Amino acid sequence: MASLKDLRVRINSVKSTQKITSAMKMIAATKLRRAQSAAEEGRPYARKMEAMLAGMVGTLASRETAPKLISGSGEDRSHLLIIITADRGLCGGFNGNVVREVKKRISVLRQEGKAVKVICVGRKGRDGLRREYGTLVSETLENVTRVGAQFGPARDLARRLLTMFEAGEFDVCTVFYNTFKSAMSQVVTAKQIIPFQLPDAETGAAAEGALAVGSYELEPGEGPLLDALLPANLAMQIFGALLESFASEQGARMTAMDNATRNAADMIGRLTLTYNRTRQAIITKELIEIISGAEAV
Amino acid sequence: MAETFLFEIVTPARLALSCDAACVIIPGGAGHFGVLPGHAAMLSTIVPGTIELRDKSLKILDRYFVEGGFAEITPERCTVLAEVATPLQEITRDDAEDRVKRAHDALMVSEALNVRVTAERDLRTAEAMLAAVDEYEKQGTH
Repeated sequence: MASLKDLRVRINSVKSTQKITSAMKMIAATKLRRAQSAAEEGRPYARKMEAMLAGMVGTLASRETAPKLISGSGEDRSHLLIIITADRGLCGGFNGNVVREVKKRISVLRQEGKAVKVICVGRKGRDGLRREYGTLVSETLENVTRVGAQFGPARDLARRLLTMFEAGEFDVCTVFYNTFKSAMSQVVTAKQIIPFQLPDAETGAAAEGALAVGSYELEPGEGPLLDALLPANLAMQIFGALLESFASEQGARMTAMDNATRNAADMIGRLTLTYNRTRQAIITKELIEIISGAEAV
Repeated sequence: MAETFLFEIVTPARLALSCDAACVIIPGGAGHFGVLPGHAAMLSTIVPGTIELRDKSLKILDRYFVEGGFAEITPERCTVLAEVATPLQEITRDDAEDRVKRAHDALMVSEALNVRVTAERDLRTAEAMLAAVDEYEKQGTH
C-alpha cells in the first residue's frame, strides 16, 4: 500500500491537473462563444455568394464554354485533399476523427489507382498522417486559426490552389473538416470544392429573393464576372470551413476538458478516501501496539 | 416608386452595413455606376475604390473603401459583397502610403509569376486606396 506521503503528493498533483483542465475549459468556452458568432456572421456572405453563383452556373450548365473550375479539368486522376485540424491536442476526438476519415479516403483513392496529395491546415493533421502517409503531405500550414479564423489565410490558400489547378497539379480538390453541430458534437465533412459543385440547399438559397437568372444584366460580361466570382467563392468556401472547424475545435476542447475536470474530481475523491483510510489504519495500528504493550507489562 | 432601396455591404466577417439608401455610387468593373431605386437587375464586379452613399439631393452621406468584390442589384435591393470594406474616414493617409510602399517592395522582389500577379493586384488596391484618401481630403477641405 502507498504511504501517506505518496498519497498526499498524488492528490496534490491531480488537483493541479484539475486546475489546468478547468481553466482550459473556461478559455475554450469563451473562445467558443466568439467563434460561434463569427461563424454565424460569416453566413450571409457565403449565402449571397452561393445564390449568385448558383444563378450564373444554372445558365452556364448547358454550355461547353464553362470555366474549368466548374467543368473540371476533364480528368479524374489526381486528388488533392485539404485537411483542416487543430494545431493542438487535448480536444477529444476532434483531430482523430478527421484523420481517420482522411485515411479511409486515401486508401480508397489509392485502390482506384489515383494519385493523392495532401495539404494540412493545422499541425495535428500532419502528425496523424505522418506514419502511414507522411510522403503524401506536400505542405502544412500552422497557426492559421491562432487568433480565430481569418479571411486572409483562406484567400491565400485559395490563390495557391488556383495556381496549382491551372498548372494541372490536381484534378479534384476536397476539403475535410469538422462541421459545428453543437458544443458536444462535431461532424466530419468532406466537401469537394474543385470542380465546383452545387450544394443541394442551393436551390433554396437561389429562390430566396433572387430574381430569375436570365433577367440579370451582367457587367462586365459573363466570362470576366465568373472569372472573378469563382476564385472568390473558393476563398469563401475555405474560409467557411475554417470558421466551422475553429468553432468545432473550441466546442470539442470544452467538452473534453469538462470531462477531464470531472474525472479529476472523481479521482481526488477516491484518493482522499484511501488517504483517510490509510491514516486511520495507521492510528489504529499504533493504538493496538500501545495497548498490547501496556497489557504485557 | 419607392424613394429608397435596401443597401447592404456584406464582408466574410460580418454584415458591415445594412441601411436604406437613395443613391449609391459603385466602382464597377466596367466603370463607376450609380444605383437608384428601381435599377434594372444586374450583377457586376467591383474594382478597388470608394462606394459613396448619397441622399436624394446627391449630397454624399458616407463613403466606404472596398477592395474589390461583387454587387448584386435588383429594383428593390443592392447588395455589395466585398472582401474588405472600411469607412473611408478610418483610413489615414499614412496607412495608405505605407501600404503602397509595401506593395511596391513586394512587387520588386517577386519572381514567380503567381507571386507577381498577387503583388500587382495588391499594389493596384493600395494605389486605389491612396487615391480614395486623396479624393476624400480634397473634398473635405472645402
